[in-house]
This record gives sequence, C-alpha cells and structure tokens, in this order.
Amino acid sequence: MFEQLPLLTILIWFPVVGAFLILCTGNEKNANWARGIAVFITVSNLLLCIPLYLGFDTGRYDMQFLENHLWVSAYQTRYALGIDGISLVMVILTNFTGLLVIVAACQSIKVRISQYMAAFLVMQGMIVGVFCAMDAILFYVFWEGMLIPMYLSIGMWGSANRSYASIKFFLFTFLGSILMLVALIFLYNQTGTFMIQNFYGLPLGVHTQTWLFLAFLLAFAVKVPMWPVHTWLPDAHTEAPAGGSVVLAALMLKLGVYGFLRFSMPITPLACEKLAFVMIVLSLIAIVYIGLIAIVQSDMKKLIAYSSIAHMGFATLGCFMVYDIVADQHGLQNAYMSLEGAVIQMVAHAFGSGAMFLGVGLMADRYYNHSRLIRDYGGVAHTMPVFAAFFMLFAMSNVGLPGTAGFVGEFMVIMSAFQTHFWVAMIASLTLLLSASYTLWMVKRIFFGPIANAHVAAFHDITWIEKLNYILLAAGVFFVGLYPQPIIDVLRVTIGHLLLQSMPPDLAFHVPTNVFYA
Amino acid sequence: MSFDLSQFTAALPEIFILSMACIILMIDAFLSVRFRTVTFLLVLATLASAFILTLCQFGAYSTLAMRFGGHYVVDDLAVISKLFVYMFAFFAFVYAREYIEARKIPASEYYLLGLFSVLGMSIMISAYSFLTIYLGLELLSLPLYAMVAMNRKSSHATEAAMKYFVLGALASGMLLYGISILYGVTGNIQLNTVGEVLKSHQEFVSVAALIFVMAGLIFKFGAVPFHMWVPDVYQGAATPTTLFIASAPKVAAFAITLRILVQAMPGLETYWVQMLIVISVLSMLTGNLLAIAQTNIKRMLAYSSIAHIGYTLLGILAGPNSSLGYSAAMFYIATYVLVAAGAFAIITIMSRDGVELDKLDDYRGLNARNPWLAFMMMLLLFSMAGVPPMVGFFAKLGLLEALVEAKLVWLAVLALIFALIGVYYYLRVVMLMYFEEPVEAVANTPIVVSSSMMAAISLNGVAALLLGLLPSFFIDICRISVS
Repeated sequence: MFEQLPLLTILIWFPVVGAFLILCTGNEKNANWARGIAVFITVSNLLLCIPLYLGFDTGRYDMQFLENHLWVSAYQTRYALGIDGISLVMVILTNFTGLLVIVAACQSIKVRISQYMAAFLVMQGMIVGVFCAMDAILFYVFWEGMLIPMYLSIGMWGSANRSYASIKFFLFTFLGSILMLVALIFLYNQTGTFMIQNFYGLPLGVHTQTWLFLAFLLAFAVKVPMWPVHTWLPDAHTEAPAGGSVVLAALMLKLGVYGFLRFSMPITPLACEKLAFVMIVLSLIAIVYIGLIAIVQSDMKKLIAYSSIAHMGFATLGCFMVYDIVADQHGLQNAYMSLEGAVIQMVAHAFGSGAMFLGVGLMADRYYNHSRLIRDYGGVAHTMPVFAAFFMLFAMSNVGLPGTAGFVGEFMVIMSAFQTHFWVAMIASLTLLLSASYTLWMVKRIFFGPIANAHVAAFHDITWIEKLNYILLAAGVFFVGLYPQPIIDVLRVTIGHLLLQSMPPDLAFHVPTNVFYA
Repeated sequence: MSFDLSQFTAALPEIFILSMACIILMIDAFLSVRFRTVTFLLVLATLASAFILTLCQFGAYSTLAMRFGGHYVVDDLAVISKLFVYMFAFFAFVYAREYIEARKIPASEYYLLGLFSVLGMSIMISAYSFLTIYLGLELLSLPLYAMVAMNRKSSHATEAAMKYFVLGALASGMLLYGISILYGVTGNIQLNTVGEVLKSHQEFVSVAALIFVMAGLIFKFGAVPFHMWVPDVYQGAATPTTLFIASAPKVAAFAITLRILVQAMPGLETYWVQMLIVISVLSMLTGNLLAIAQTNIKRMLAYSSIAHIGYTLLGILAGPNSSLGYSAAMFYIATYVLVAAGAFAIITIMSRDGVELDKLDDYRGLNARNPWLAFMMMLLLFSMAGVPPMVGFFAKLGLLEALVEAKLVWLAVLALIFALIGVYYYLRVVMLMYFEEPVEAVANTPIVVSSSMMAAISLNGVAALLLGLLPSFFIDICRISVS
C-alpha cells in the first residue's frame, strides 16, 4: 500500500507543515498542544521509515523511491528525490534523533515551547531533504535552509553567550557553502543540468577538478568539522540548548561527510587521489590534536564537542584512505571496509555523543544555575544511579569499547589503514588512549567520589520520559555494536558502487567490476 | 502624422493615469475634509485599473511597437515593468495611509503627487527617445522631492529633500549634457537610430557621452559613486515615502537603464560593461560594509539597497555574454523591491503616535511583543540576505549563473563574499528581534496592528517565502520581459 505514496516528500514536508500548524495555533498557554502535535509528527515520521526500510531493495545500487518533477524551468532545476543505502541509513537516523530531541524537549524547554518545537520540526524536515536530494540546487536549498532554524534555536534557547555563538555558526557555515554554490553552477554550465548524477564521471582536467574539490572541501570541512575550520563547533555546542547540541552532533556533522561521499569523491576523483594525503593529515590532526585539547576542557559540553571533532576525524580518514589502499592493494576489499567503517562511524557517533549531550543537558537543567563546569559536579552516581549507569554506557561507546557502537567503525577504519600506511594506523590508534583519557576522566570527576555540594545532593534521578529516551539510545548503541549486519547489508551495494565511481581512471583498471553486484 | 487610434491604445495606461490624476485633483478640491478617504480610494482604483489595462496589453506587443513618431514604445519589457510599478505603488500607498493620517501630512496631495510620479515612471519606461526619457525622469523625480519635503515638521525631512533636490538636479544636468553630446555625435535622439550610428562611431566623444548618461542613470539607481543621497533621504523622509522611493522608481530606473544601454548603445558595450563592473563591485563593497556600522534601521536598509543595486547591475553587465543576464537582473530587482517594501512597511507599522521607531534597538525583543510581525520581518531579512528557501536566494542564483556563463567566475565569487558580509547585519536584526528580551518600558505593550495592515504585510512576507519555494512563474515573467 505504500508503493504509491511519495514517501520521501512526506518525510520532508510533514514536519514542516506541522511546524507551521504549531506556530499558528500554539502559544504559551496551550503548551501541551504543541508538545502533543510535535510528538505525534515525529512518531509518525519514524513509523513511516518502516515501509521505507522494507521497501528498499538492498540489491540495487541506483537511487530508489524516485520522485522527479521539474521545479524551476528557467534554471533546469528539478524537484528530484531518491535514496540509496547511505541516504536510507541517514534518513532513519535523522527521524530517530528527531523523535528523541522532541521528547526530551517536552520536559526541558519551558519558554516559547511552540516556537522550539516548530524550529526542530523544520530542521528535521530540512535534514531529511539534504539526504534525499538528487538535484544540486535542491540539495543546496535544504543544506542552507536548515541553518535558519538551527541559528534561531541556538540564539533563542541557548545560554549566556548565545548571540556570539549563533552568528559565528551561521557565518562559518555560510562562508563554507558559497563556494560550493559557485562550483555547482560551474558544473551546471558544463552539463546543462543540476542533477547530481550527471556530474559524475565528467571528463574534467586535474586542474579544474582540484578547484572544484577545494570549493567543495571548504563547504564540507566546515560542516564535519575538520581542523582548522572547526572553531565554530565548540562555541555552538556549548551555547546551544541540549536538543540543539544533539542535532548538531548527531546529524549536522554527518552532512559534511555525506557531502564528501555524494559530491567530492565521485565528481572529482582525480583531485581526491591527488589530495588524499592532505585529507589524511587533516584527519589525523583532528584525531590526535583535538583529542589532546579535549582532555583539558573544564566545560562538559565543550569536552564532548571536541571529542566529536576527533571522532569525525575517523569518518574523513576512512573516506580518503581508499585511494591509497586501492593503489597499494590493487583491490577494493580493504578500501570497501574503510569506507564502510566511515559510514558506520557516523551512525555510531550519532548515538554516543548525542546521548552524552542529552545527559549533560539533563544534569545542567537540574543544577541551580545550569552550570556545565565539571568542577561543579561530583558524586552524581550517588544521587542519580540509573542515569549514571546509562551515561557510563554512552561514555564507553565514546571510548570505543568492543560491543558498543563506537568500536565498530573505528576498528574497521584502523584495520584497513594498517594494510597500507602503518604509521597512519598507529597514529589513528592513539585515539583509543586519548578518548579513554578524556571521557573516563570526565566521568570519574562527575559521577564518582563523594557528593560535591548541596546542589548535587538535591538531584533527583531521571524520570520515565528521560528513561525512555535513554533506553532507545542504549538500544541503538548495542544494535550497532553487537549486530551491525542490517546496516552493513543496506550499505554494501551502495558503497561498492560508490567506490567504483570514485576511482580515477589510473586506479580503476585494477578493479574487477561487478565484485559487489553478486 | 495622421490620426490613428492604435497610437493611443498603446499608450492607454498613461493616458488613463493622466486623466484620472486631473479628475481626482478636481474632485478632491470639492470634497470636505471628512470625505478625503475618497481621494485615497480613487487613487488606488486608478492604479488597479491601470494595472488591468496594462495586463490587457500583455502578450499583444511581443515585438517592439513604436508610436508617436518613434518617441514612445511598447514591448514586453515596458508592459511587465509597468505592471511591477503599478503593483508596488499600490502597496506603497496602502501602507502609507495610517502613517500619513497619524502625522497630519496632507493626505490627498501626497497620493496625487505619488500618482504623478507613477505617471512619470510609466512614461520613462515606455520612452524611446532621449527627450521622452528626460520628460519621464523629471515627472518621476519632482513629485518625489515634494513628497520628501511634505513632512514639514521634521528637520531631517527638510534636509533630505534639499539634498535630494540639489543632487537630483545635478544628475539631471549630467544626463542632459550626455544627451546633448550624443545628439552632436549622431544627429538624432531616437534610441534605435542613435544605436545604429554609434556602432560606427566608437570614438572618445561617444564614450564621454556614455559616461554622462551613465552618471544620470546611476544617480537614479543610487549606486556608488552617486549614492550619497540615498542614506540621508531614506532616513530623513517619512517611512512611507522611503518605501515609495525604494520600490517603484527602482524598477523604472532599471527598465530605462536596460533600454538605453542595450538598445541605444550596443556599440559601446565593452565600455559600459567595464564601467558597470567597477560600479557594481564598489556598490556591493560600500553598501555592505557601511550598513554594518548603522544604528538606524532605515539607514541600514539604505546602505543595503546600494549593495542590492550593485547585484542588479551584475546581471546587466553579464547580459551581453550570457542568455540569462538581463532576465536575472529583472528578477533580482523585482524581488528585492518586493522584499524591501515589506521591510519598510514593517517600520511604518511599528511607528506609533508620531514616534518613529527606526532605531535598531527598537526591534529588541519584537518576537516577545508581536511574534507574527517578527516572523514576517525575519522572512524578509533572510530573503535580502539571500538564504534559501527565500526568494532572494533564487534571485542571486540567477545572477551567479549568468556571471559564470559570461566567464566572470571571479565576480561571482566576489559577489558571494559581499553577500556573506551582508548576512551579518541582517542577522543582527534577527538577533535583536529573537534573542533579546524587550526593553522594560515597552515589554508589556503589545504592538497593535490593524487587520488591513496585517493582511498586506503577511501577503508581502509570505510572498518572499512562497516565491522562493515556487519561483518558476515569476522567473518566466522576467524572462519574457527581456527576451
């Protein structure tokens, strides 16, 4: 019965329409109405993901659930939606995270609740749109459109320094994307269409490809974020409300890596091959240097923000290792593992750090002046034992303990790196040491030891709504950590095809075709 | 010239507006003060009828149709520009009414002057000889000077009117001087003949004429280096007057610039393209940078308008080497005017009891006092900043496509960098409206907006969003206008 429905359109626009409904009808007096509608919309959106998953044919590498209409005839822009394996995983992740954020907000947000719900619903719709867009301008519209609600949510519900953080966030990301826009228009001039797939395999020279790659790099590196354009992230994360931090960490950072996979690698393979070492070095800097910075943070949210940058370093490392691996091994097997590790790292990081941001927000809510400083806490495990147990699990996932989500992706990336660049793998492995240091040290100072002060002593343990949220997240962490097979199944063919498309001609002849289309 | 009815049907909108303006002037003289609203309604009815009359011409003049001995022309550009002018003037008058009444500015005179100015724009858009152009330009400008000066009690307004008038007269003089040189070179004042002759006369004198004509046009646009009047006039004039100056005349100036440059001076293309590159880069730079420093929102929007004119000129200068340039510029100016009119309308609506609320600080916490108004303002500001999915983004996109097609990628990148600077000051207003709490003194006084105003501003704001989601129709109209 679901075949006829334009599922992707519904997933994108249902939350947006709902947001307008809430804006028009909701006010401070009937806050429960806003909460009810928002939860209803996110739950039904998540339920709509079930037919999406069931209807998805994992054996095909092309786009599925296609919708294609002419949008602006003058610019040859199409309203073209479709998903492949990577998009499917990210769309489901987005709707899952959206539900968590809305549910968490039901309790934690007290002022302007209807506007808050509306902002996050619009954001959710836009992010789903980014993952589904097959037309470059449509992609860009969603990519930028998402900034507006994010900007507002940081600025309206954030903490003391919110104005600075929100405008820094907006300007950084806007700066990144303007060059991408010029690159897209340039590609349009070459092909006469904005369909992303028609950009693949264009016979562009190395010189042109390098410029295009750099334009894309700025856009995506800001979003990931990669060192040295990461500086907006700690500010934005710290000042954003808990829900904003979760969306930033779980979804917005993934857009950068998604951009690399969708644009940079298939459109500019020559430049990618040429500049892969730069990307690898930048990723390693993110992993090691940012990891070191994370250790010394005194603000919990800042610490998790820096750890996010370090973990996303693995995702970019996994993406750009593939060129050296293929050149070295004349085969796709390990390159495949590397790329898949990158995607799984994206999902795992969403669960782990999203949960930790929620946890910090929840503690700060209970603290009388909403402090996020580690030194204000201590012995929280005595007053909130259930919460402490959950938080420990997510901290372990952040560390990369086998059996949790954080382990799988990092392990796959490091494994495949060992096949070619021993030293890259060695340096990347330092993360095990570093992430254990900053995460566990923070957990120790917050949760263990004697109760620090009267404010901590007055904490009450998590309520059933919060518990529900954490059970869902814990399920996610264990699912990815113990049984990632369903995700791998969905990704297999897509990533195999992506690898073939992303290989420059000089490497491509090593590669036996139809390896993955069995 | 024999009597021929078709001469007159082409000029029907102008003839209608002129006769109605005279009739309304008579009627108004005999109306008692209580019934002065009739004047207002008649002016609106005139504009609406002129809009319909012009709409009937739509499609009927797809090829250039010369009338009145080649001094007057109707083509798609003229028809569509006139439609925009009547529409924006209509909105400007609707927004003006409550403000004018509250300040005891003589209302009937105000609307009638406006109507004459609209007539001037209309004539200028349809002008096909330099004489008609000058006639239209002066008829457009003189009522505007008076409208600025009408707010007698304000010393700012008087100062603004003085500056506007003196500088305007200077610019007219330059334009006339340029025209006289052109006549000297070509022996003609009709655009197409001038254009023919200039193709074989690319000497220094022709370029000098081009410079003078360009100076006059650039002044009307308010672009660097003839932008000095813009901030003072925008700030000093009563807000509805600012709204009026910022809306319809820009479209008219655009139409006539396009006509002069493309139809009368195709031979001097290389020169005016280079001049426009300098002008537009300087306008974007100056406008965007100086807007950051402003504390008065009208002045900020004035500088932002200078920057937006710079963007519009990008489309014109890309035009000769790109199929999209002129239509992109048309789309840009039309959408910018729509959005700017909305922003000035909100300033008009905000002001109460003779107090201008035009400081940036007055917008502090607007979301807490009137969420819908704040939301509309946000849509308009994001549209000016060129953030999708607002219509401003598609306007910029069209320009960028044209620039890339014309092999001016560096200019496209530069334009976007200036846009980034622009984002900062638009966001600052959003920040004040949404992130700050209102000042104690006004925190509990909600902003009351009459329902007609609310309807108009909602239409304006939602248009900025909906035209962004579904811009196709609007873009196609603009493409027809310059094809």
